Amino acid sequence: MKQFFAFVKKEFYHIFRDRRTMIILLAMPVVQIIIFGFALTNEVKNSKIAIWDQSKDAATASLINQLEASRYFEVEQSIHTAKEIESIFQKGEIKLAMILPQHFDEDLRHFNKAQVQLIADASDPNVANTLTNYASAIIMDYQNRITHEKKLPYTITTEMRMLYNPELKGAYNFVPGVMAMVLLLVCTMMTAITIVREKETGTMEVMLVSPANPLRIVIAKAVPYFLLSMVNITTILLLSVFVLDVPVNGSLVLLVGESLLFTLVSLSLGLLISTKAGSQQTALFISLVGLLLPTVMLSGFMFPIENMPLPLRTVSNIVPARWYYSIVKSVMIKGIGLNAVWKETLILSGMLIFFLGLAIKNFKIRLA
Amino acid sequence: MRTLRYLLQKEFRQIFRDPSILRLIFIMPVIQLIILPFAADYEIKNIKLAVIDHDHSSYSRNLIAKIASSGYFILTNYNGSYSEAMNKIEHDKADLILEIPASFEKELVKENESKLFMAVNAINGVKAGLGSAYLRSIIQDYNKEVRTEWIQFPRFDPETNIAVTYSNWFNSSMNYKIFMVPGILVLLLTMVGANLTAINIVREKEIGTIEQINVTPVSKVHFILGKLIPFWILGLVVFTLGLGIARLFYGITPAGNIFTIYVFAAIYLLAVLGLGLLISTYADNQQQAMLISFFLMMIFILLGGLYTSIDSMPSWAKAITKANPVSYFIEVIRMVVLKGSGLADIKSQLLTISGFAIVLNGWAVLNYHKRS
Repeated sequence: MKQFFAFVKKEFYHIFRDRRTMIILLAMPVVQIIIFGFALTNEVKNSKIAIWDQSKDAATASLINQLEASRYFEVEQSIHTAKEIESIFQKGEIKLAMILPQHFDEDLRHFNKAQVQLIADASDPNVANTLTNYASAIIMDYQNRITHEKKLPYTITTEMRMLYNPELKGAYNFVPGVMAMVLLLVCTMMTAITIVREKETGTMEVMLVSPANPLRIVIAKAVPYFLLSMVNITTILLLSVFVLDVPVNGSLVLLVGESLLFTLVSLSLGLLISTKAGSQQTALFISLVGLLLPTVMLSGFMFPIENMPLPLRTVSNIVPARWYYSIVKSVMIKGIGLNAVWKETLILSGMLIFFLGLAIKNFKIRLA
Repeated sequence: MRTLRYLLQKEFRQIFRDPSILRLIFIMPVIQLIILPFAADYEIKNIKLAVIDHDHSSYSRNLIAKIASSGYFILTNYNGSYSEAMNKIEHDKADLILEIPASFEKELVKENESKLFMAVNAINGVKAGLGSAYLRSIIQDYNKEVRTEWIQFPRFDPETNIAVTYSNWFNSSMNYKIFMVPGILVLLLTMVGANLTAINIVREKEIGTIEQINVTPVSKVHFILGKLIPFWILGLVVFTLGLGIARLFYGITPAGNIFTIYVFAAIYLLAVLGLGLLISTYADNQQQAMLISFFLMMIFILLGGLYTSIDSMPSWAKAITKANPVSYFIEVIRMVVLKGSGLADIKSQLLTISGFAIVLNGWAVLNYHKRS
């Protein structure tokens, strides 16, 4: 045991002596949580739209007013010919064009019928889809208001409640995702290069000729990073609650416990990479280029997993961040307990045992 | 010129002698480009709906049938209690609850008005908003059917009707892959380029071989160029490979001129490699270089406009994206691939990225000291 602590102490020296690395390590999650917590939202708002108002009457004016009043749209310019639409889209500023035909008000008052044409720049299908949906919802509201004034019989009204996130804030969806990403990548990357580094600088040889147990060497490498991660988890949670206003509705103990479990998974994944890679460059490449995009895309916080084709849904099961993201969402925002997330917890524990076991098995006590 | 040639020879040897890293440089982007675009589908479909029908009347059944046949919803629960449905939401087995009260049909027929209750899991605000909007419009349609059943309408419809017609330009089939694949290619290219150069000079510092260079008469500019050119060539090869995959696997052929893309890619790579070199000259060891490059990469990627629209970011975040080379390339590659924009259309982006390239590489040269 004494030997083990000696190794842990040594690793701490490594970390504390490299001030710059340590500062980056502690400050990075803070900056990232703040930037992404505020900036990331898949809501589409303040989109610039162009309007071709061919009738310019009271009805079109009030409809345009309503579009402008919503936070989704900013009426940027009015156009007067069909050709103009093409050219403004080409410039890329405007995402949606609305065309109101002639005699809009007259048609509406005399025939109860009118037409609106929406043209979206679908080079981003997501934005196009969302914008046309928002615009038609506003038009529908406008239409309903006119209808409502007439008091029609046989009306079904719908009462709606938004659960968990009544203000529809983007942070509720993204903060758990960013937490998963920051923890996974920081922990994995940091441990990924520790063993390789000793191989590269040659100090590994010294340790291998000592009577130290290889298991201890490997575990001792992870301990300081584990403690650092605890600091990071604390700052991330504090920031989420006090700066980003994302509440912890469930048990804080459970949330911290799950976060520690996830940290351990990431650390052991890092150790595994470390035993496999021949140089720091390779280790870095695997942990950064290999993990960053799959974590962003397959953990479910950017793109819903249920929409993916079956092979990818299968692949997403091996992404640790996916399970952690689901846990954080349940515990932090929905406020439910361990009985709802035991499956995810079990999977993460399984991954931990698997990665750690493989790392220890791969750790070679002979030089190549 | 001869010095540069020898330096290049050295760098290329170094690259080719480490086959494991070379394999990673090519294989990793290729695999990710083949797999990841399939994940990128924002379209809201397969919304899981739990229905609680307390009424069991022919009206409520008709309404449910209409919802089920719309194609947007999957009915996961039927006839349970509210707490049962709530439980489904907690376990992500349902996204939406629709509760039909016991006297739905009676009230509608006798009192002319009836109420439905809807609860939505709103953690993902966009999904909640669109899902509930779909459901409401189906209910509204149904409402209209009921009305026409009961009243003989006068010569024209008393309900106001604004018909909205849509058209989607540039990508009328709403193919998400045409939009994502070029963007992902940009990200991969950026990561490969910046990471490779970021730890390159530091590595020489750590191993000590930089001392050997420092005592030679090799000039600073030559040294940096010697590091830059091999990775620039590698980057362009990776990029070409990526475009090939985009064409073979996804059938994406740029609407514009491929030459335009290459011009931009060539300058862009210089900027990204310069950024890596700059990090490299500042860092003391590979770990530091790696952390800095990871930190920047994450910001570049998430604020690059690929995943979430830049328009909806707060203004300070928009200011950050102005200093983000990735956002320029993503914008340009989309413009050229989807809209067929030419060199004249992307002039401002091209100038900006050239500025990035000059500043970053110049800074790296200035910051590289031959004295330690």
